[in-house]
Amino acid sequence: MIKKGLLATAAFASMLAMGSVSAEAKTFVYCSEGSPEGFTPALYTSGTSFDASSRNIFNRLVEFERGSTIMTPGLAQSWEVSEDGLSYTFHLRDGVQFHKTKFFTPSRELNADDVLFSFNRQWKADHPYHKVSGGTYEYFSGYVSFPDILQTIEKLDDKTVKFTLQKPDAAFISKIAIDFASIHSAEYAQQMMDAGTPEKFDQEPIGTGPFQFVSYQKDAFIRYQANDDYWSGRAPLDKLVFAITPDAQVAYQKLAAGECHLIPYPNQADLAAIEANKDLTVDSQEGLNVGYLAFNTEKKPFDDKRVRQALNYAMNKEAIIKSVFQGAGKAAKNPLPPTLWGYNEEIQDYPYDPAKAKALLAEAGVTNLSTDIWAMPVKRPYNPNAKRMAELIQADWAAVGVNAEIVSMEWGEYLSRSQKGDHETVLLGWTADYPDPDNFLSLLNCASAKSGGNRARWCHKEFDDLFNEAVRVSDPEKRTALYEQAQAVFKEEAPWVTVAHSVVHKAMSNKVVDFRIDPLGGHVFYGVDLAE
Amino acid sequence: MFRFILTKLGVLIPTFLGVTLIAFSFIRMLPGDPIELLAGERGVTPERHAELMANLGFDRPIWEQYFSFLWGILHGDLGVSFTSRQPVLEEFLTRFPATVELAGCAIIFAALLGLPAGIIAAVKRGSAFDHTLMGISLTGYSMPIFWWGLLLIIFFSATLGWTPVSGRLSALFWIDQDSGFMLIDAFLSDEKGAFKSAVSHLILPTIVLGTIPLAIIARQTRSAMLEVLGEDYVRTARAKGLSTFRVIGIHALRNALITVVTVIGLQVGVLLAGAILTETIFSWPGIGKWMIDSIFRRDYFAVQGGIVLIASIVMLVNLFVDFMYGLINPRILHRR
Repeated sequence: MIKKGLLATAAFASMLAMGSVSAEAKTFVYCSEGSPEGFTPALYTSGTSFDASSRNIFNRLVEFERGSTIMTPGLAQSWEVSEDGLSYTFHLRDGVQFHKTKFFTPSRELNADDVLFSFNRQWKADHPYHKVSGGTYEYFSGYVSFPDILQTIEKLDDKTVKFTLQKPDAAFISKIAIDFASIHSAEYAQQMMDAGTPEKFDQEPIGTGPFQFVSYQKDAFIRYQANDDYWSGRAPLDKLVFAITPDAQVAYQKLAAGECHLIPYPNQADLAAIEANKDLTVDSQEGLNVGYLAFNTEKKPFDDKRVRQALNYAMNKEAIIKSVFQGAGKAAKNPLPPTLWGYNEEIQDYPYDPAKAKALLAEAGVTNLSTDIWAMPVKRPYNPNAKRMAELIQADWAAVGVNAEIVSMEWGEYLSRSQKGDHETVLLGWTADYPDPDNFLSLLNCASAKSGGNRARWCHKEFDDLFNEAVRVSDPEKRTALYEQAQAVFKEEAPWVTVAHSVVHKAMSNKVVDFRIDPLGGHVFYGVDLAE
Repeated sequence: MFRFILTKLGVLIPTFLGVTLIAFSFIRMLPGDPIELLAGERGVTPERHAELMANLGFDRPIWEQYFSFLWGILHGDLGVSFTSRQPVLEEFLTRFPATVELAGCAIIFAALLGLPAGIIAAVKRGSAFDHTLMGISLTGYSMPIFWWGLLLIIFFSATLGWTPVSGRLSALFWIDQDSGFMLIDAFLSDEKGAFKSAVSHLILPTIVLGTIPLAIIARQTRSAMLEVLGEDYVRTARAKGLSTFRVIGIHALRNALITVVTVIGLQVGVLLAGAILTETIFSWPGIGKWMIDSIFRRDYFAVQGGIVLIASIVMLVNLFVDFMYGLINPRILHRR
């Protein structure tokens, strides 16, 4: 009882200290689409968890400029890369403070120990925090495979950290700019460990970012307040609330009723109504994604590039995009989205030409082809209605004498069976983790054909050599040239039909000032303001 | 009485074991596994897949996994959710007050409206009121919750602006959650208007969740009353010249209530099931929404633990109702 009373008093006192309840404070309410899995980004993989943690609470050594994919100094104010591309030396910014909250008061500013802690926790199995909160680090160990890239991480002095790689990786800087590489406080970790509550470290996060965590009511709210000491200047907002609203229709009603300021994924069908509402705005941007149809090149007749080309010619892409994306998509000719560097403008897409398709099929000796089209059971930005898309493709292919059966199944099953290569043709897509062509083209290399991520199961020596070379060289011009060539090889070989790049929409109140859509799909509220 | 309790408990144990078996196997029968769903489009190598499955203990024989689940239950350990990496019991308990609050309001709403409506319909049997009420209750009973919820939101929240769209409290109030019951926490907080906000957030979800129980209670009250009103003792009471109020309110209703109380008790299960949909529509942070999210994520431990906990609650409430029924109607206790 006494304890409870003390807690209540402490909570009240801290609320007073935060000055949190004044009505004049600028509070931004974001109707987020789901509950975060937790607040340590390295442990998770979903954008929802990243929005709630890395993108607003934490910083990384290198960051992306708000609303762009341009790399900019973050907690490292500068860095050098060695000639051989094997070592990266980062110089940390001075005067960066970790958040001061009711559960932690930092005694020192950011230093090299924090960087070492943040990476070693994920890397070293004997690190005291490695096993805390489940201890799986999918980005670090799986997606960017850092254990295969990193040799050592050393503290040269309090403000200098050196990463040495096992082999050159030109995308290294892009990789450490993404969520899993957020920098945590080693001092806070130690305190929690000493207190015997290490898992609290992952539930009550302390970062260096523009907003600091206040509280999380599961499945309801996440509350933040502006970090007054933010190294890049205090955020214009005083408070930030994530009101968790999974249903897009309900989120739209909340936006219209003024209960939130921004909704991340409005329904396509609501866009016209939102645009017609004078209090609301829709902002759109081309997403860093691609939707594709992959041919299983290990199965006959898809091992013959003429058949793959023929089915490319047979598809009326414009009609598909019009019907499936309702104007929110753009025909794709490359596996890279056009907003990403390295995109090859020169490539010519296969035009819609059923006659040519028939001729190529005849030339390949394929008659009465029967196949399948796997259609995803879920909505994705790169493919909002895979069933409809499959039906249109089915009709187009029927016109050139190809009978296709549409196959659909539960999402987990779909992913696992298509990874094993049970399909003949499959609809899928990709959204960038980090803005580097490497992230898209790795879906087409020989290594991923073996692991199954490459749904075309296409392993082409020329393409693979170009891809591997581009990872080795660090000169951006050379890399661009290599990726452009790789895209030309890809187009000629046609392991995919590149279907579309989608446009992403954010619906918001007119009061919202300067929200910028993040090309990588995040929701960043630093720099956003509310008009009076 | 002792024998009665023993018999009831004797049935409860095999039922509970059955529930654990169903909960355990149900989620594993669904296609797709958590690792694949987590990896998504990028895929996961078979080696990594095996490693992660082993980390979660899924490489062990299935019977061993089941017995370790049972062993855990006996020790109050339902495992750790692999989405949030927190104990399932803790995850459940932090959300449970929200569901109890909503279900409690819904059952009060259903009983407060359903009882009088059923009584009036029975007393005025065959009248326009009776026909209208039974028509409405049939509609209410067959109402798809999802559609009904959205309809109310669009009408009352979006068009009229009378009630908030979803959630438990306006995002502008920053109150601490001590009890987990928003009405209590908001009432005890210093924030002006927080309690009003909590009440207004409860209105639509209460109506939506309470609709089906309301229909059932109204219909059951009506038929129980009709049965009782035809009994000899009611006729005797009337013949004695007692006022209508006394005849219906005391003699008839008391006896009719036996059935009605049982029906209300049985509605607990219906409410918990209905809460899953209602909570999803209204972004209500209770166990229903948590279960749905856990199923989609194939969070085996959360789903099996959640089902066992919910089923246990329903079983306990039914047991309690059985006892109450036994107390109200002693014939039950002595039935052999």
